[in-house]
Amino acid sequence: MSTLFSIYKREFTSYFVTPVAYVFIVIFLFMTGIFTFYLGAFYESNQADLEPFFRFHPWLYLFLIPAISMRLWSDERKSGTIELLMTLPVSITDAVVGKFLAAWTFTAVALLLTFPMWLTVNYLGDPDNTVILASYIGSLIMAGGFLAIGSCISAFTKSQVIAFVISVVISFMFILSGFPMVLDLFQGWAPQAIVDAIASFSFLTHFTSIKKGVIDIRDIIYFGALIAFWLYVNVVIIEAKKAS
Amino acid sequence: MSEAIKVQSLKKSFGPIHAVRGVSFDVNHGEVLGFLGPNGAGKSTTMKMITGFLEPTAGTVIVNGHDVLENPLAVKKSIGYLPEGAPAYGEMTVKSFLNFIADIRQLTGSGRQKRIDEVVDRINIRNVYEQSIETLSKGYKRRVGIAQAILHDPDTLILDEPTDGLDPNQKHEVRNLIKEMAQDKAIIISTHILEEVDAVCSRAIIIATGELLFDGTPTELIAKSDRNDIDHAFRLVTSGKSDANKEPTS
Repeated sequence: MSTLFSIYKREFTSYFVTPVAYVFIVIFLFMTGIFTFYLGAFYESNQADLEPFFRFHPWLYLFLIPAISMRLWSDERKSGTIELLMTLPVSITDAVVGKFLAAWTFTAVALLLTFPMWLTVNYLGDPDNTVILASYIGSLIMAGGFLAIGSCISAFTKSQVIAFVISVVISFMFILSGFPMVLDLFQGWAPQAIVDAIASFSFLTHFTSIKKGVIDIRDIIYFGALIAFWLYVNVVIIEAKKAS
Repeated sequence: MSEAIKVQSLKKSFGPIHAVRGVSFDVNHGEVLGFLGPNGAGKSTTMKMITGFLEPTAGTVIVNGHDVLENPLAVKKSIGYLPEGAPAYGEMTVKSFLNFIADIRQLTGSGRQKRIDEVVDRINIRNVYEQSIETLSKGYKRRVGIAQAILHDPDTLILDEPTDGLDPNQKHEVRNLIKEMAQDKAIIISTHILEEVDAVCSRAIIIATGELLFDGTPTELIAKSDRNDIDHAFRLVTSGKSDANKEPTS
């Protein structure tokens, strides 16, 4: 068994031996319900699709994903197990990727448990299920982006609270980077090319087509590159300051 | 007796603080080296550099022919390490924790479960095997840490305060275990209990303020004191020889 898989397995099962997993899943399902039916006006729209459900995923992830990712490395630092882990014959890349994939799988489990929503819309009408499947896949990939940011941030600190708050702030900037509240910070002084580049980082822009069921290869590449970048920084941080 | 660990002019600074200032020593297979020194002397820092957790500011560490900077994974494979405070994943049971270590150490086949059982019985943690680690007493936690370190029957063992928090019977057991394993392994232990050095170590090193002050057999260390008292000898070495006669007798 590869060391990456050993790390993955340990990390994934550790979610379920503490109440963390169950609390998270219950809250996630509850919140998706509230958002879909009240804010999303699922019934009132009279359309058999899950757009009102997926529309709020970036906002849910903004707070819920950092709650999963904050412990990934902060906890290792705080409890000192980072010294154990880093003196076992495990490469840092294996450790970072193993932990990330475990958290991602856990998110996938939470997402899969929203299946009653899919059953409901199929009972009420005749939705395009390939669109729904595409949206699920897109939502999961976007969750990976949030997770990679959170994992990297948690590598900086042994305080889970700090990891949570900073992750939320950075994720928030990524969500809104196509909007004036972020762009105005750069508009005055940065060249237009940089402003455009920042605008193109927006999670919302990339999620717009995904939530309509269109999986554009550019959106996939965007989230893939984003995950790779943050995990790379994560590896560098652990490498440089594993002991501090 | 072949050489297992070779440490050469090892230095470590944290900003302006020089934690370790040019320490050199060797450890051979069949030797138990006792690491002594006051708190903050640089013992743990030196151990962390040997095991590849900290990068030295200068100097080299060779473990079984592998340089820890050039080939850290090979070094980590041949070492069993109990870090200071015996950190472990608290939410895991002893059973799942040891199985995780067995996974990482790539123990497979029929030998795997046999080895886990052997270690669990040898270290006497069978009665807490199914309990989660965070619910264990300090002594049990320490023993789980030792079990984790010896699980893959490593060639080289580095134990940072292995008997800290154990009761006298448990200390005795752990010392016997170390003596048993000493025949073919190279072992470094750090300790504050000086009788322990006399009981299990074939050699002792004293480090204070990052410098090596003594390297010799426990008998040689005791001989430094005119009272044949190892505690006294330790105080003589660490407080500077010129102050020998002013040393309080308490």
